[in-house]
Amino acid sequence: MSGHHDHSHGHGDHGHDLPFWRKYIFSVDHKVIGCQYTFTALLFLFFGFTLMMIMRWQLAYPGQPIPFIGKYLSDDIAADGVLVGDGYNAFGAMHGTIMVFLAIVPLGVGGFGNYILPLQIGAPDMAFPKLNMASYWVYFCGGVTMIASFFIKGGAAASGWTSYPPLSVFASSGQTMWLWGMVLLITSSLLGSVNFIVTTVQMRVKGLSFFRLPFFVWAQLVTSFLLLLAFPPLEAAGVLQLMDRLAGTSFFMPSGLVYATEPQNQLAGGGSPLLWQHLFWFLAHPEVYVLILPAMGIVSEIIATNTRKPLWGYKSLVYSAIFLGFMSFIVWAHHMFMTGMGTTLSTFFQATTMIISVPSVIILTCLILSLYGASIRFNVPMLFALAFLPMFAIGGLTGLPLGLTASDIHLHDTYYVIGHFHYVVAPGTIFAIFAGIYYWFPKVTGRKMSEFLGKLHFWPSFLFINAVFMPMFFQGMAGLLRRQYDQTEQLHGAVAHGLTKMSSYGAWLLAIAQLPFIINFFYSMFAGKKVGANPWESTTLEWAAPSPPPHGNFDKTPVVYCGPYEYSVPGKSKDYCPQHVAQEA
Amino acid sequence: MSTTVIPHDLEPHPLTGMYNGKFGIWLFLASEVMLFGALFSTYVLLRVGAPPGQWPAHGSEILNVPLATLNTAVLIGSSVTMVMSWAALKMKKLGAARVWLTVTFLCAGAFLVVKYFEYTDKFSHYQVWLNEPIKVGEHEVTTIKGHLTADCPKLEVSEKNGAYSVTEHVMITPDAEPGGHAHGEAVKIEASKVKRISNFGPRHSPYLATYFTMTGLHGLHIVGGMVVILYFILTGGSIWKRSQEKYTNRIECTGLYWHFVDLVWIFLFPVLYLL
Repeated sequence: MSGHHDHSHGHGDHGHDLPFWRKYIFSVDHKVIGCQYTFTALLFLFFGFTLMMIMRWQLAYPGQPIPFIGKYLSDDIAADGVLVGDGYNAFGAMHGTIMVFLAIVPLGVGGFGNYILPLQIGAPDMAFPKLNMASYWVYFCGGVTMIASFFIKGGAAASGWTSYPPLSVFASSGQTMWLWGMVLLITSSLLGSVNFIVTTVQMRVKGLSFFRLPFFVWAQLVTSFLLLLAFPPLEAAGVLQLMDRLAGTSFFMPSGLVYATEPQNQLAGGGSPLLWQHLFWFLAHPEVYVLILPAMGIVSEIIATNTRKPLWGYKSLVYSAIFLGFMSFIVWAHHMFMTGMGTTLSTFFQATTMIISVPSVIILTCLILSLYGASIRFNVPMLFALAFLPMFAIGGLTGLPLGLTASDIHLHDTYYVIGHFHYVVAPGTIFAIFAGIYYWFPKVTGRKMSEFLGKLHFWPSFLFINAVFMPMFFQGMAGLLRRQYDQTEQLHGAVAHGLTKMSSYGAWLLAIAQLPFIINFFYSMFAGKKVGANPWESTTLEWAAPSPPPHGNFDKTPVVYCGPYEYSVPGKSKDYCPQHVAQEA
Repeated sequence: MSTTVIPHDLEPHPLTGMYNGKFGIWLFLASEVMLFGALFSTYVLLRVGAPPGQWPAHGSEILNVPLATLNTAVLIGSSVTMVMSWAALKMKKLGAARVWLTVTFLCAGAFLVVKYFEYTDKFSHYQVWLNEPIKVGEHEVTTIKGHLTADCPKLEVSEKNGAYSVTEHVMITPDAEPGGHAHGEAVKIEASKVKRISNFGPRHSPYLATYFTMTGLHGLHIVGGMVVILYFILTGGSIWKRSQEKYTNRIECTGLYWHFVDLVWIFLFPVLYLL
């Protein structure tokens, strides 16, 4: 570049002489931004989990004061320490929103994607560093808006994370805050996805053809396309709902609507509540794959490294991910079988839903077959990655009865649904994220996390997370409905209450099981064992950069000579051939 | 190496044939297509599902087609001047480019001014739906469109949903009939007879809700484009001095966005005004 670029930075881009706020707060370095995303999203993850732990108290001990924190909550949320119905609704809606849009996606895409993707393709930074910074700060503002909504009159949004109208249009102003927050988050992910796609396509180093990309990069690329194309319809839907709330329009308000015994004859009517559901799920189904694809990417990297074998069926993985991305745009209405949208539509979406399960199963099968005959290193990242496989399998396979219209009639809106998608996202994606944190921690800090504390984190987490979610399948099949404030009010709920308590204790013990992780995280940052650039003896390009990588990443721009997973190549002295090392003929 | 050099910041990538910024703006436009696509789908779904008579047979019954035609011409013209600006930069003529940019900016401003008159016209135009038919001139009617008279008591605005209601009575001058009669006498309607009253704003009907949302969002895109164009008019000299290619590329990207905004209008005009 002809030197004009750094002019806009005032006095050059020297990493060491930038003031603190430019280096760590308003940084344009993809690594700092990745860490900012990770820290913020982990805090949101903890916050969303806390909301749920409070709700689980109400479910296990309905009507009893919440211990420890009940007395600090406002009367709108918890009167005399007892969670009230509106508070329960708000917590439920915000738990979903925070976990999906503020925790998991920012971790998988904003955190890992930002930090690892440019390194894995040998780029010095993202294609648009300033846009990258803007993306983080817009996300941050969206998060602040969401949190602030707890403190306004009427409390936070309480219409579920799906915000179905007409009720969400009549809801208190927390819902308006929710919509503004979503507009910000959508803008952030739009900026991020444009950046990711341009970076991946244009900034691969010499020799790094598409089929030499690590699977993680492929997963991020497909994810970015989903974010780019699926989020705008939700933005449109958000604008329409804002119009309904603020300008009195009737996009989602049907004619002849009666709310709280009052006929709404001052509304024009003629709108369609189903329209919102179509627009919402047009985003929210691809969103499921936005949650899971980065996790699959992380797990693939860790499995390849720790089995010391090439991934089994690399090309099948890539084609499956692309096909998965494409199909995810035409399955959305399987969330709407029970809305009366008609059997013809239901049948179509049932068929596409069955088809989309095929690439998911291919990916999982490839990853499991990669284990066959390997001498596996059972380190902490690998334990989490291995746990991901059966957990995701349970989550995925329990989805099939929901995708079939007949069985969905029984299971719709029960705890079975909650069990299903939490198995995908919680022991699935979150475990993959933990695996990723343990795996790339040495790259980010130059130090390794403690193996002992890591195992102390893994085993209880694995046990308790199953205690939380496994009972939900049985409760759901017994007919227990989701979003209920007090399950014991109905007889079948009262009968299943033992399992509810088991879930609740599982959740609280799961929280305790995170203590070793928190200790390990901060302890290892300052006192962990120092390691070199490539502690796992891995092949991909991020390990060619120093740990931690300096501003600009690589000492010398690498050149790629081979595929991403050249492990245990016969006839070589070492059991791994890094991508940037030229092979002797 | 202390300065981070971003590859393909200026020179095109052999695979895509584009520098980073141009590729990025195309991706951004793809997402914009999805945004407006969702809104056009909303329009189709609501209109197809509406009971007969709820939507006007043609937009021209309510909207001002000549003004919109003028606006279409203005906007297409601004696309041409945008290209002229980029062409001038390619010929290394910064002065001419800035003039063309300014013309583009003024065209965009003119578009918004026309839009302002269209909008305010709708907001001062009212419709009253009646509980029982009343006689206006020779006809029995159940709804009256027109302008409120100066001595009409102020309408009450609901705090909850912003809907209008009548406290005592409403005084309205009905519109001239298409046949060419002059404006009728002002009609006085008691509050008890009014079922619903609304101006021709977004709350009036799903049609106008769609109209205001789509043209409003399009208008915001115009404003966004104007901000960017103004920025490049003002900072043109200093960026040009640093890198002529960079400045030319930025104008090219701005142009791509600007053409897209025009294109959206070219769809909006027939869909909302003519069909």
